[in-house]
Amino acid sequence: MQGMIWGIMAIGVYITFKVLDIADLTVDGSITTGAYVCVVMYSNGASLGVSILCAFLVGALTGLVTAIFHTFMGIPAILAGILTQLILYSINLQTIGKSKATYTFPWGSSLWIVPEDKLQSIIILAAFVACIIGALYWFFGTEFGSGVRATGCNPRMAKAQGINVNFNKVFGLMLSNGLVALSGALLAQYQGSAEINMGRGAIVIGLAAVIIGTAAVSWIPKYGKNFAMQLFGVVLGGIIYYLVLNIVIFLGLPTVYLKMLSALVVGLFLGIPYVRKKYSFSKILKKWGFVKKSVLVDEVAAKGIVNAAEEDAPVMVVEAPVVVDESHKKANPFDEKPIDDAAHRIEKNASKDGGEV
Amino acid sequence: MLILNDIYKTFNKGTVNEKKALNGIDLVLNDGDFVTVIGGNGAGKSTLMNIVAGTYTPDKGEVIIDGVNVTEMPEHKRAKYLGRVFQDPIMGTAAGMQIDENLALAARRGKRRFLKPGITKKERLEYKELLKILDLGLENRMSTKVELLSGGQRQSLTLLMATLQKPKLLLLDEHTAALDPKTAKKVLELTDQIVKDNSLTTLMITHNMQDAIKYGNRLIMLSDGKIVLDIRGEEKAKLTVPDLLKLFGQKTGEEMASDKLLLS
Repeated sequence: MQGMIWGIMAIGVYITFKVLDIADLTVDGSITTGAYVCVVMYSNGASLGVSILCAFLVGALTGLVTAIFHTFMGIPAILAGILTQLILYSINLQTIGKSKATYTFPWGSSLWIVPEDKLQSIIILAAFVACIIGALYWFFGTEFGSGVRATGCNPRMAKAQGINVNFNKVFGLMLSNGLVALSGALLAQYQGSAEINMGRGAIVIGLAAVIIGTAAVSWIPKYGKNFAMQLFGVVLGGIIYYLVLNIVIFLGLPTVYLKMLSALVVGLFLGIPYVRKKYSFSKILKKWGFVKKSVLVDEVAAKGIVNAAEEDAPVMVVEAPVVVDESHKKANPFDEKPIDDAAHRIEKNASKDGGEV
Repeated sequence: MLILNDIYKTFNKGTVNEKKALNGIDLVLNDGDFVTVIGGNGAGKSTLMNIVAGTYTPDKGEVIIDGVNVTEMPEHKRAKYLGRVFQDPIMGTAAGMQIDENLALAARRGKRRFLKPGITKKERLEYKELLKILDLGLENRMSTKVELLSGGQRQSLTLLMATLQKPKLLLLDEHTAALDPKTAKKVLELTDQIVKDNSLTTLMITHNMQDAIKYGNRLIMLSDGKIVLDIRGEEKAKLTVPDLLKLFGQKTGEEMASDKLLLS
């Protein structure tokens, strides 16, 4: 159940991390904010539905803050996220007042998600997940949504096609943090309270769920790369992650180490493709002199994906596109990223120049 | 169609790295002009292109496209007048999106994007026909992600995207420089065909003097941020590479690194 809640949060992370290609650290703060908004509003007499909706809206506002830092003030996204996260820490404490870190739902509240009634909670959560995936699938298929995807893929191209890149980033960050705050509201119900440290490390959990989930569904032939399927995978990733954590605890790992474990796992998964490319087994062998150095092989290795793309392209015409997809997925990001980044820098310089005028 | 009025642009002003990229550019492109732009490294070719596209704003001067003063207009708004193909094949397309999705993005250039479907069935059929022109077999792979295409295929696709909605001005920034000679030739021929079929006003930067002479009806040469040569029509048709090299030497007072220009 908690895994599903994490899954919803992970969908939010997916929007920034995968679709917009931004690492947004606001998440750690916005999930807590969402929880507080929900608890405080409900305790003051608002209905639960309204409280959850407000959590979403306030979450979107936190995204807006990060977005303003990032787009209009040119602060790198990671730093912008950290700034907002800190701002939110203060605001969260302020909401409940008197530096009391925990805010509990009043006695006798009838919540939607309660650990005691598993069936009801799961049905409601499943409904949330289905609605969110459905809505996002529809949205990213629209003209506007396609523009948001293009913004993440290649901002320069997006601009050349008349897409307002900054606006789309703002929108994406708002949507993402709205969903994260929504998951915070649900999490608060599950826990019966909102607590100032509940969001610590949320981004890492979200990333883990995204990585595990997208990898899990990519195996499915034909539909594995489908957007809705990927989102579903992300939720699945949240659940898998939760199960794994519990198994690890069951096996006797002291809970103090849990966050460390999460971080290491995510670090490992994020690093593997790069490490594999840079220090491939054959290269190490060569370096140590087990294999004769051949200039040709080196050249081919250096050119990497460009060649691969040209060679593979004709072969894959109609049949089995998935197989080809796989091979490229591994190599592609790291061949193309540096170029994209370079372009990014050029762009930044450009805007700087523009600003000075 | 395009009027550049006394354009100046300096980078890193006031530092040791100060670089005067454009030094008073005056240029008028007529409807249907296909202009090739040549010049040595650092002559200001790409800066000129970026000023027109809106990536940079000039320090001084005006950019007028189709009678509209766009000097201060941001890049994404200006895009409705322009079709662009970049030097780097990766720049012109969204790699993680499908071929047909990329085309659909291009088809909506300059239009407001709301919550209507991003691509319709009817469009898919149209794109299929259009892709046949490229003769690369892409029409059968429309749902392939662009990241799986080769550089030449990507540039061809970008070219198609740039002209899908007839632009007021087509900007080609050394769009064949990153391709192997054979592919480059194919892409250039395709460019020429598309430009002629749609009688597009075109500005094409090239490093290759032969191409600069072969294509287009007008040739301009940049040096130190100034237009030092502007040849058109008959005169251009008669031009040869040695002529051009000689002219370059006269205009800039320096010996051209001719083999580099010829071979690249």
